[in-house]
Amino acid sequence: MVLLHIAILLPFAYAVLVPLLYKSIKRIHTGWFVLPIPVLLFLLISSHLGDVRQGIISSYSWPWIPSLGLEFTVYADGLSILFAMLITGIGSLVILYSIFYLSKTKEAIHQFYVYLLMFMGAMLGVVLSDNLIVLYGFWELTSISSFLLIAFWYEREKSRYGALKSMLITMFGGLAMLAGFVMLYGMTGTFSIRGIIADAAAVTGHAWFLPALILILLGAFTKSAQFPFHIWLPDAMEAPTPVSAYLHSATMVKAGIYLAARLTPVFGGTAEWFWLIMSFGLITLFWGSISAVKQTDLKAILAYSTVSQLGLIMSLIGIGSAALYYGYGTTSQPYVAAMTAAVFHLINHATFKGSLFMVTGIVDLETGTRDIRRLGGLASLMPITFTFAIIGAFSMAGIPPFNGFLSKEMFFSGVLNAARMDIFIMGTWGVLIPVIAWIASVFTFIYSFIFVFHTFTGKRKAGELPKVPREAPLGMLIPPAVLASLVVIFGLFPNLVSVSLIEPALASIFPQFVMPGEQFGVHITHWHGPTTEVLMTIGVVVIGGLLFWQFRRWQGLYGRLPKKLSLNALYDGGLRGLDRFSARVTRGYMTGSVRDYLVYIFGFMIAVVGYMLFRTDALRYIGQGSYAEITIYDAALAAVVMAAAIASLFARERIALIIFTGSVGYLVSLFFVLFRAPDLALTQMVVETVSVALFLLCFYHLPKLKQEVSSRRVRIGNLLISIGVGLIVTLTALAASGARLFDSVSEFYVQNSFELGGGHNIVNVILVDFRGFDTMLEITVLGIASLGIFTMIKLRAEMLNPPAALRGALHKRGERAASNTSDTDTAKRRRNHAGQ
Amino acid sequence: MRGNDVIVRTGSKWLSFIIIMFSFFIFMSGHNNPGGGFIGGLMAAGALVLVAVAFGTKVLYRLLPLNYRLVTAAGLLIAVLTGVGSFIFDVPFLTHTFGIYHLPILGETELATATLFDLGVYLTVVGVTMTIILTIGEDV
Repeated sequence: MVLLHIAILLPFAYAVLVPLLYKSIKRIHTGWFVLPIPVLLFLLISSHLGDVRQGIISSYSWPWIPSLGLEFTVYADGLSILFAMLITGIGSLVILYSIFYLSKTKEAIHQFYVYLLMFMGAMLGVVLSDNLIVLYGFWELTSISSFLLIAFWYEREKSRYGALKSMLITMFGGLAMLAGFVMLYGMTGTFSIRGIIADAAAVTGHAWFLPALILILLGAFTKSAQFPFHIWLPDAMEAPTPVSAYLHSATMVKAGIYLAARLTPVFGGTAEWFWLIMSFGLITLFWGSISAVKQTDLKAILAYSTVSQLGLIMSLIGIGSAALYYGYGTTSQPYVAAMTAAVFHLINHATFKGSLFMVTGIVDLETGTRDIRRLGGLASLMPITFTFAIIGAFSMAGIPPFNGFLSKEMFFSGVLNAARMDIFIMGTWGVLIPVIAWIASVFTFIYSFIFVFHTFTGKRKAGELPKVPREAPLGMLIPPAVLASLVVIFGLFPNLVSVSLIEPALASIFPQFVMPGEQFGVHITHWHGPTTEVLMTIGVVVIGGLLFWQFRRWQGLYGRLPKKLSLNALYDGGLRGLDRFSARVTRGYMTGSVRDYLVYIFGFMIAVVGYMLFRTDALRYIGQGSYAEITIYDAALAAVVMAAAIASLFARERIALIIFTGSVGYLVSLFFVLFRAPDLALTQMVVETVSVALFLLCFYHLPKLKQEVSSRRVRIGNLLISIGVGLIVTLTALAASGARLFDSVSEFYVQNSFELGGGHNIVNVILVDFRGFDTMLEITVLGIASLGIFTMIKLRAEMLNPPAALRGALHKRGERAASNTSDTDTAKRRRNHAGQ
Repeated sequence: MRGNDVIVRTGSKWLSFIIIMFSFFIFMSGHNNPGGGFIGGLMAAGALVLVAVAFGTKVLYRLLPLNYRLVTAAGLLIAVLTGVGSFIFDVPFLTHTFGIYHLPILGETELATATLFDLGVYLTVVGVTMTIILTIGEDV
């Protein structure tokens, strides 16, 4: 059976059909055709629950690139099943919701469902894959489909900005994570997660342990919007609300959490893993909850609240990983409990945050705004939506009897246990952990209340709303109703979840702690006596309530925070600075002047060849070869050539320049005569004649040579570079001739020229017989050159004097270019360019 | 604007023939003495240029109605076909052979396939040089 493979690939395959359905069946909203897929998958995956509980882990493998150890292996253990159920379950609800949210006539809904299905398949791939590279592939697919979904309304600039931001940040993390995966492979020799977990000891002791850990956490933190990478999430709220509900609260942002939980058996139990995850989680929790309070847009509140809740889960995973330090036993129980809290809160967060987003979407659609300053008094108009909002927000704030209360209590006991920890150099600083967690919870309480009460109670500002608000249609209310009832059910009967979902998930996070077939005994109760946790919750409610009551008095404090210090300003400034910096660098060296490029080329040559000559000590070969005697003719000829060459440097007119270079050419042919190369001498003579004639032909038409005005610095630079090149080439030639290691091959030609080639002229026999292939290509080069000259001259003549038809076409093209520039976008871009 | 350059014209008439002959000689003897297709082709082109300079390009075209781009192409084709021809005898590309034959008038003569290849070089060089010079010359 390869059902799990089908589960992953089915959404992709179905996505191909969606546009066809959209085009052919116009009467029915395309979403109805998409809806069965996640429902089917949900049922399919739920059917694994029983197996997983009994410790039966189904695993299937498809070879992909076996020679590289890449296999498309999927397996379903407790953790994967939990996530897969979240993905498909909430996916079904979101698709149902989107059918009523998106208009089938006004929106490009076929694209929407293609992206959404792509995302769903990719997300299932992330959580079900066993192979790290396959996981990475799906991970990037989620980034891409998320990018597409955020920019669904691509004509809005903010959507494009948010999409680009999320893309840059998550892709950055993804690439870092890939590097970490490759390091894991280097340490263990396998890409299989289960193989790596089995070989965890090899990882912990390895020198790459810390780099791999940090790189992988970068991936997890960017995806899960942990501080300071959380900035993409609030901007991703430009996406349609179903997307925000699905991707940016329930599923994609939990991919990082999945990764951290999944790799806990590998890295867990070490101080680095504990500290990084716990502290970043806490900072995120704290910062997210504080930032959420000052938002005025409902979705922005939810975005920061998501950031903060993800931080909470992350810090619990960090604390829970300490259990691996102690191993199985009673000492590790508190930390296992923290991990339990993490898993439980993960489920709870998906339920209440999903419903809250849907509530926001309803409010947005029915009133026309999401700004809490313009909303108010909707409770009597939208009583059902109000109920859902209350349930979701109270659960988020941690008020009984909802499920958020339970996980908040467990979170408090987790941080209290962490504060009492005596390992990982905790010391006295550990006391800070519960304090931070408590303050963050107070702020969570405040923003949850702001969310509900500033929207639904208070004075009705009907005049300011773009639309007359009324209750949403039934279909739109069903998905949040399901989620809200889950919030209540999980709150009242938490052991439903703990037995079916949490225990198997824990078994896969701590595989060392259970025997096959056994289960963790997780039992969640509402009331466990007058403990510190209860006191903390009472404190949260009292202080939070007071602060909410007096919110208008102190909200001005937020305005005091300097805007320039925000992370968004840093991101924007960083991008702008990078743009400017690279533009400056490019402008700095891409001058467009050929002289500069030649300087780079020659300078590079001097540096590299010079360095190698020096490095390999090649100069010692100079003077070691056997040299021929210098005759008086050689010396005289050399002197004349040098004189002509130097004279050409000082020529003030072209004609003189041509004559001097020509005379160098003829003198070289004399050298050939002297060195007994009659063929070369003949060719050199004729070629020199032809080229001098060509020079004369061309230069006759050029204006008179002008004295080039160049600065002293440039002239000295030219001098130095030409001296350098001459020196390097001379030294190389001398060294090479001194270090001749093998006999020349020419003896063979001398002996066999007549025997094999039938000719006495060795040069000619080599050219046409021994190495005729070179000659053939050389004459081809000549042919190309002549055709090139022919084309350049003839075509140029036609362009100067174009025929009437061609002239008309050119004219039209010019007009079109002119009309393009009037387009605002292009014009703006041009201006930007000019400004840079 | 051409003056009364009788001497130049009369001289070029003779000279161009001599140069053409010499270029042919150089081409033929290239296998055993200095010379060959390249230098021979250049010299032939030189003779043609002499005609063009002394009498003008129109006279040259009337005298020798050739499209020199086709001459280039023909030269390249001959060179390549010489190489391809070796396939017929199941030997690698561009394998040459030669033999000494007794011909009716010429007596003991060496015939080599390399000469055919060299003919290709010769024609290419003539075509290339003339294309370049005539194109540039006609343009100005």
